[in-house]
Amino acid sequence: MSLSQLISWCVAAITFGTVIMYGCIGETVNQKAGGLNLGVPGIMQLGGISALAAAFIYEKSVGTPVPVVGMTITLLASMLAAGLGGLLYAFLTVTLKVNQNVTGLTLTIFGTGVANFFGGSMMKLSGGVGTISVSATSSAFRAKIPFLSTRFGTFGSIFLSHGWMVYTAIIIAIIAQYFLSRTRTGLNLRAVGENPATADAAGINVTKYKYLASVIGAAICGLGGLFYVMDYIQGTWANDSAIEALGWLAVALVIFTSWKPKNSIWGAYLFGLCYWAYIYIPAGISKFFAAKLKLTNLTYMQNLYKMLPYLVTIVVLCVVSRRRKRENQAPASLGISYFREER
Amino acid sequence: MEKKTTHKAPLFHVRKKDDTTLIQAILIRAVFVVLALLVSALFIYFVTKLDPISVYTSMFKGAFGTSRRTWITIRDTCLLLMISVALSPAFRMRFWNCGAEGQVLIGGLTTAALMIYFGSKIPTVLLLLIMLVVSAAAGGIWALLPAVFKAKYDTNETLFTLMMNYLAIQLVEFFVDIWDKKQSHSVGIINMAGHGGWFPEVLGQQYTINIILVVVITVAVYVYMKYSKHGYEGAVVGESVATARYAGINVPSVIRRNVLLSGAIAGIAGFVEVAGISHTISKQTAGGRGFTAIIVCWLAKFNPFIMAIISLFLVFLDKGAAQIASDFGLNEFASDIITGILLFFILSAEFFINYSISRSEPVKEEH
Amino acid sequence: MQEAAVSMRHISKSFGKKVIANKNVDLDIYHGEILSLLGENGSGKTTLMNMLSGVYFPDEGEILVNGEPVSITCPKDAFDLGIGMVHQHFKLIDVFTALENILLGLPKENDTKSGRAAVEEICRKYGFELDLDKKIYDMSVSEKETLEIVKTLYRGTEILILDEPTAVLTPQETDKLFSILKNMREDGKAVVIITHKLNEVMEISDRVTVLRKGENAGTVLTSETNEQQLTEMMVGEKIVLDINRDFVENKALRLEVKHMTVLNPDKKKVVDDISFDLYSGEVLGIAGISGSGQKELLEGIMGLQKCEEGSSVIYYSTAHGTHELVGLDTKQIIGYGLHLAFVPEDRLGMGLVGNMGITDNVLLKRYRKGSGPFLHKTLPRQTAEKIRSELEVVTPDLEYPVRRLSGGNVQKILVGREINNKPTVLMTAYAVRGLDINTSYTIYNILNEQKKKGVAVIYVGEDLDVLLALSDRIMVICEGRMTGMLDGRTATKEQLGYLMTKTGGAH
Repeated sequence: MSLSQLISWCVAAITFGTVIMYGCIGETVNQKAGGLNLGVPGIMQLGGISALAAAFIYEKSVGTPVPVVGMTITLLASMLAAGLGGLLYAFLTVTLKVNQNVTGLTLTIFGTGVANFFGGSMMKLSGGVGTISVSATSSAFRAKIPFLSTRFGTFGSIFLSHGWMVYTAIIIAIIAQYFLSRTRTGLNLRAVGENPATADAAGINVTKYKYLASVIGAAICGLGGLFYVMDYIQGTWANDSAIEALGWLAVALVIFTSWKPKNSIWGAYLFGLCYWAYIYIPAGISKFFAAKLKLTNLTYMQNLYKMLPYLVTIVVLCVVSRRRKRENQAPASLGISYFREER
Repeated sequence: MEKKTTHKAPLFHVRKKDDTTLIQAILIRAVFVVLALLVSALFIYFVTKLDPISVYTSMFKGAFGTSRRTWITIRDTCLLLMISVALSPAFRMRFWNCGAEGQVLIGGLTTAALMIYFGSKIPTVLLLLIMLVVSAAAGGIWALLPAVFKAKYDTNETLFTLMMNYLAIQLVEFFVDIWDKKQSHSVGIINMAGHGGWFPEVLGQQYTINIILVVVITVAVYVYMKYSKHGYEGAVVGESVATARYAGINVPSVIRRNVLLSGAIAGIAGFVEVAGISHTISKQTAGGRGFTAIIVCWLAKFNPFIMAIISLFLVFLDKGAAQIASDFGLNEFASDIITGILLFFILSAEFFINYSISRSEPVKEEH
Repeated sequence: MQEAAVSMRHISKSFGKKVIANKNVDLDIYHGEILSLLGENGSGKTTLMNMLSGVYFPDEGEILVNGEPVSITCPKDAFDLGIGMVHQHFKLIDVFTALENILLGLPKENDTKSGRAAVEEICRKYGFELDLDKKIYDMSVSEKETLEIVKTLYRGTEILILDEPTAVLTPQETDKLFSILKNMREDGKAVVIITHKLNEVMEISDRVTVLRKGENAGTVLTSETNEQQLTEMMVGEKIVLDINRDFVENKALRLEVKHMTVLNPDKKKVVDDISFDLYSGEVLGIAGISGSGQKELLEGIMGLQKCEEGSSVIYYSTAHGTHELVGLDTKQIIGYGLHLAFVPEDRLGMGLVGNMGITDNVLLKRYRKGSGPFLHKTLPRQTAEKIRSELEVVTPDLEYPVRRLSGGNVQKILVGREINNKPTVLMTAYAVRGLDINTSYTIYNILNEQKKKGVAVIYVGEDLDVLLALSDRIMVICEGRMTGMLDGRTATKEQLGYLMTKTGGAH
């Protein structure tokens, strides 16, 4: 493999990793408060489509869109829509005490529906598949850091040649880590996820924490959807639900990182490398397996290489479940509704 | 210390109740379904400015407008019901099988393989029997892997089964590429000419076998879970692992057995889809039914009759929404939105069945 | 007379339509006194106090703190009013340290540094010993109890409520706790101790309020009452405290336990080289502080716990022959038709399936019987009917989920099922825990009847008076080791208490 290939593999991995890093941090915040939200794929889609719609409407309504305004509107729209998804999840699971798995899956169905419905409608408005373009906003999101991206050789090409949201993700990961492990509010939040009855008895407003964790967590997930739309697929839409797979990987990443946002910084990129491996796996290897399997076309092997991120997740799941260290386990009350008067 | 007298009583007081009668439960659900339809109507109205009544009429036509449409609605209801039934042995033990999607795909994939390689070599009836067994085995094995790890190391099955879905999708894509003769990334209709491995028409109806299979499996699973020794073991494990061990039940083996059964039936659903309905295979073969079925199964609490009603309702919505989409120029994903709204309302109804709410008495303030 | 720190007026609380926990209760608590809240299990003591600590909200009635009417809707309201409660199940977070648990939920002004200093000051003042950086999962029960009290004091508690604080403590730890409570009383705090142990009531409290079936059965000064009067107030009528104990001739060896050792998941010995014999026609009491290895000992015999090498349990029976049980699992023990009956401590979590009715619970140990893949329910249904009528189980029907029945009925079903199979050995763990006195006596009578029929009975208990009245022999264990085997007819409470706390064992 040549250096340039390695560089483009790493760059692709970082872009991919950023999407799921947002998802992973958002879901970690929610899970630390005891909410296992399987609606992440749906929430990311809500965040993505509302970002796109906001930019689309903005760019259509003004002649010369101002990138900063476009970005602000987009960010707000994305976090608002995703946050509403989180609010809905919290209302159902916290107030109405509905099973978390079922609520999350419904949210995924709903979010996918909303995103593809409006995505499809926008496509129709703009004239067909692949015609949606929010170039001004999208390119602002993708703008590389001036000066830095062209320096520092390979390091610069890999790590410094991204849009600003790649770095925000890392900053949010660090903030989330600090918040959860070092602040009093973070301590309270973890207490809610470990043992809500205890947190309640200690005077913590369990409902408030669960709601906030769900809404803020969802808003962060929404940023993943925004990044997917604006950067990863460069400001357009396709009704292929590809984002859904990324949503599930974000949930898997939470376990991979053992609920520590700081681990998501490298974990997400590792997942990215796995995801894109199918393009960069040397032809020699493909030839070897293709010959063994009597395949006529080498590209057929790519379908199998695409299993890699899922296989890695499965292996990690199994390894994590075998070594039982107290501090690396899921929050003790994850997935369970809290009812103070339960007898 | 500072005295506080400004405390307010909570506005509402929530209490658990376990005396809701069946009639009350049905009524509560009915109210919520009506509310969901109202909200959906509002959504349709705001998006399309169409008269909701004509939209619902159009939906009804989409699902039951012609006898062919009715049959398709029944056919798809059967499929969804079958996958929901498939999940119940696993859910009975609180094993969150989120991998029905993959198990259906693998069952469908093996069915398609048999159709392609033996469609013209083996008589259809024999081939169908082979396909039934092989697809069940394939789906079962696909589900067994997470179950083995769950039983041995308590590995999180929700995520494991989810990941297995994507492995199944990639496996399907791999074989679709191999079988695809025209580089079109699709296998097209298999055995279009000789109908090898297709469900034959019985009693003049194309989907008779589908219905028979689903009814037989649903009844069999119901009887198995309710009246057999195995079913009893599963129920005990689902209630309490400690009690199961106390009764000398081998918990890991019960988990493996029930999940194997669950995957096998999902595999058969894949067989029905491929050999009995679409006669093709693609990554869309399961079409999200594996996830919808989770909700159906959970809502119905293992009661196959209720599963059938919910399945019919969801399929009706799906068909209806597709009809609106073509009648009024909406896109087909409107059905996912309406399904989502409806499910949110039905889920909310559970709260009002299990809890009672009363206005709290205001605390007397002394002035 | 001084103003009450807390007054509860006409308090009522019910759960669902069936369970009335408190009915029209009045209660006063004063500063500088220790009040005992006495009552049988299920008399509504904990529920009543939970309404002060903000866990529950009363259906009716009012609460006054220092004469002002208040509404306590959540635990935070309780703190603000200076009310702190130490629950029976500790409200601590396992993966946090002691200090983190203390500071949990408090405003940010209580930073770690000043918090630590303040907590250390409280420990000095009242005489607590506590390692603030220890994780909860490394702590003993007594350390957790201490932490809970320190936690409430740090939060400025003026009114401290303790729910059965001594249930899991050794006598020495109890003495220490009581001296701390007395310090608090001197300091002007109001202390409420929920208990059903009469001797503690007499020892520590100034006044006693007795609850009976959710209602206030009267309040008396400790100095003007005695145990007999309190018992009468608790149960409502005079009851005979004597338990029958017959002597059965011609005992035969039934179980021979030799060098039994069981490790817990952390590889610590929870049962450490215990050996004893068990004979037909006797009740062998097992005394010890809860958590001393009783559970693991019984589960080891039943094949539910893995016994270490060198352990041996030999089962003798005229009908089923002689068997080595170590190495067999529960399924084999049941499958060989060995008549070992076991009433575990956790009735709904282990002995029964809460969501099933009596019939399906009777099936639990015999569902494999009968040919074919399907269940045979005719006989179990008859057995269920028999249990219901003979033990007077109150239930709407045989399919009604046992989870919804009262604790006494649940235990009758469990014991009824276990004795129905004509056991050779009957093992019971805390068979009367949480039951009212009448049901407790029903259980004692059943055990005695079984003994007279020649069954070898093991009774793991916590109430020493009952152990002394019921058992033919009493084995005492401490920290997994056997510290003594006494004759139940001659042993004294003091002897038992000494052996229960004799760490280091008899070796």
